[in-house]
Amino acid sequence: MNSSVHTIKSLDLDEDATNQFLTFLLAGEEYGVDILKVQEIRGWEQPTMLPNALNYVLGVINLRGTVVPIIDLRQRFALEKSQFGPTTVVVIVKVSNADKERTVGIVVDAVSEVYNVTDEQIRPPPDLGGVISMDYVKGLATLDEKMIILLDIDKLISVGVLKQIDTH
Amino acid sequence: MAIDIDLTQFHEIFYEESLEGLGTMETSLLNLNIGTPDAEVINTVFRAAHSIKGGAGTFGLTDIAQFTHIVETTLDEVRSRKRGVTQELVDVLLQSVDYLRYLIDCSKSGKAADKDRMAELAENLGRVENKLPAATGKMPAAAGTGWRIIFKPALPLLQSGNEPYRLFRELGTLGELKVTADAKGLPDFDHMDPELCYLGWELLMQGDTTKEQISEIFEWVEGECALEISLQGDRRQFVERRKGEREAPEQAEARAGEAASIRVNIDKVDGLINLVGELVIAQSILNRVAGEITGNKAEDLVEIVDMLVRNTRELQDQAMRIRMLPIDYTFNRLPRLVRDLSRSLGKQVDLVITGNNTEVDKTVLEKIADPLIHLIRNAVDHGIEKPEERLAAGKPEKGLIEISASQEGGNIIIKITDDGAGLNQEKILAKARERGLAGEEELTPAQIQNLIFQPGFSTATEISSVSGRGVGMDVVKRNINDLGGNVEISSVAGTGTRFSIKLPLTLAILDGQLVRVGKETLVIPILNIVESLQPNKNQILEITGETRVYRYRDQYLPVIRLYETFGIPTDIMELQQGLMVVADTGEQRVALFVDDILGQQQVVIKSLESNYRQVPGLSGATILGDGTVAMIIDIASLSQLYRNTTRKEVA
Repeated sequence: MNSSVHTIKSLDLDEDATNQFLTFLLAGEEYGVDILKVQEIRGWEQPTMLPNALNYVLGVINLRGTVVPIIDLRQRFALEKSQFGPTTVVVIVKVSNADKERTVGIVVDAVSEVYNVTDEQIRPPPDLGGVISMDYVKGLATLDEKMIILLDIDKLISVGVLKQIDTH
Repeated sequence: MAIDIDLTQFHEIFYEESLEGLGTMETSLLNLNIGTPDAEVINTVFRAAHSIKGGAGTFGLTDIAQFTHIVETTLDEVRSRKRGVTQELVDVLLQSVDYLRYLIDCSKSGKAADKDRMAELAENLGRVENKLPAATGKMPAAAGTGWRIIFKPALPLLQSGNEPYRLFRELGTLGELKVTADAKGLPDFDHMDPELCYLGWELLMQGDTTKEQISEIFEWVEGECALEISLQGDRRQFVERRKGEREAPEQAEARAGEAASIRVNIDKVDGLINLVGELVIAQSILNRVAGEITGNKAEDLVEIVDMLVRNTRELQDQAMRIRMLPIDYTFNRLPRLVRDLSRSLGKQVDLVITGNNTEVDKTVLEKIADPLIHLIRNAVDHGIEKPEERLAAGKPEKGLIEISASQEGGNIIIKITDDGAGLNQEKILAKARERGLAGEEELTPAQIQNLIFQPGFSTATEISSVSGRGVGMDVVKRNINDLGGNVEISSVAGTGTRFSIKLPLTLAILDGQLVRVGKETLVIPILNIVESLQPNKNQILEITGETRVYRYRDQYLPVIRLYETFGIPTDIMELQQGLMVVADTGEQRVALFVDDILGQQQVVIKSLESNYRQVPGLSGATILGDGTVAMIIDIASLSQLYRNTTRKEVA
């Protein structure tokens, strides 16, 4: 965690033609979110459950007096449930939805790096077969020989969580 | 341009204060006795009009200044007994108040105002000539007068390197200056600190100077002094008073009787309340930790924490009180409403308001206005009979509507009572059956009365402009329920109707009963709780398989198992093992089944919607003493959720 914070600082000095992405690991895959969306990174703590929420909405936590919902990204992507371990972290992101900014925490296996990604490096995603709707994927980028899935966190959270269809 | 920004900033204050002034004018005009007017009441109206005129002049709002001048001239004639107070005059003056509101509205939104109306009103006021006072635009000093500046520096002024003499020298370049020092504040020599400034000054200035030029000179010491710049002889000055500086004695006198107050942006207050909420949480964590510490210093720590607990409680109470305003802010619109309405309906109604100083949270205050207005409209329209009908029924010709507000614990009780015809039970029942809102079964009088709160219910045979669109009472009830309150109705045919509204004083905190279900702690608003008890086996009746009802006194209540409705895993599933919390939604009673009952505590309500969305069955969340989040149950929404789930299961 410390190292990633450090990287953010050193990269800040770079010219701003590129976008910076914070990447994290989820079931062996590396995903990236726009770093400007990231507010902070916290250790895992047991949230208070929300009644009748979808399975990937784990509950809410107290973030310095604000009630913040926690999303299990593994379950969101229909991967197997998170095993909460020492590297499990909650990435607190600010998502915009209909002119309103909301704070949401997403549970990931571990945070990885901060990358500079130029627009040319981003490729449109192929059809991933429905597990992740293409709406939530900004594109794919190959960096350091690795493929990174860049997520559109606004859409991912807004469509899935905030506009959840009532099951009751 | 700094000056421009300053002025727009004061525009807002001007609008706000003018609207308040208009409210005062309206209330006073309504209190005016026709024929024998009270001089003090007329003075109040006059003063309000005068300060609106002054403010409008300062800001160059010519329409408003011009029209207020006409109103003021008329009022002046009344004041000096050149003109008697007639009903017609009061009517025109009230219409003028409305028109001024409209003008302010236009000015606010930048719309062009309808001037024909002004001419019409001016003519009715008997003042066709539109003489404008000297107060226009930049407000230059009128010939022969000058500026009077009262300058009282704060004690440490000299320490910040400011020297009054230099300021006066600057002022001297603007015009002829006469300076008088006020040495009243000077202590005796032994107690004098040579580095402090004990003196105050009164400066009289002649010359063609604008107020801005003078203010500019004092810009450096702004905030370190009390400053009053006024046209000589003009007692009420608008901008200076509102800068939040200390009032000069002369002005304080003019406003004697009013409590000193300041205007603060509501966001600042909410920020403060939020922070205090955090402090309360931190304090209770500290309290818990202090209890766990052992050792010889532990006792001291507990003592200090106790003190802190007391102080934070008090701080929280005080902080919440900042948001509280007298309910009069809402009540004071009602006399006008009743007056206009009863006239248009050809009825005679007296309105008596009591308890208008009862304080309530600003949000509650704003949201209760519409339901109240609706209830009053209904009372005048449907409740109070026409004079001839009243006489025939052996009642005084004039109907009476009483509105009272009082505080009861953490709640405010508003009662609206009329001495009208009362609810017509047969008519209501017939209507409800016709609309399919009630079946053929026998209903108790209370049940029949409550039918008027059903959506789509209206007994008015014709739709009038006043009420009777059938969207009324259900909306009233819903609005009140949304505020966490309830409304009750009691009516006696021929004698009258009373609506009792019970509302929480504030929406930011709530007296909560903490209950446990599985590992979760939930909060039930104490306002809703009737009783909590351990169920007896013979009180539980099985209706069909899993659906059970709880016999509470002579009522059968549906049992809502929280673990089931909210899907919380728990071991306590047998009804005898846990506890029943009997709760009232205002509409119905339900029995909530919980594992255990914990303490009661005041909780700060946090919205779930701000970062998530509305959750059925919950009104929000709160943060407990240990820093964890607990859900706050909304009984009405919970019983709705329960009904929906059971229906689904049956289907």
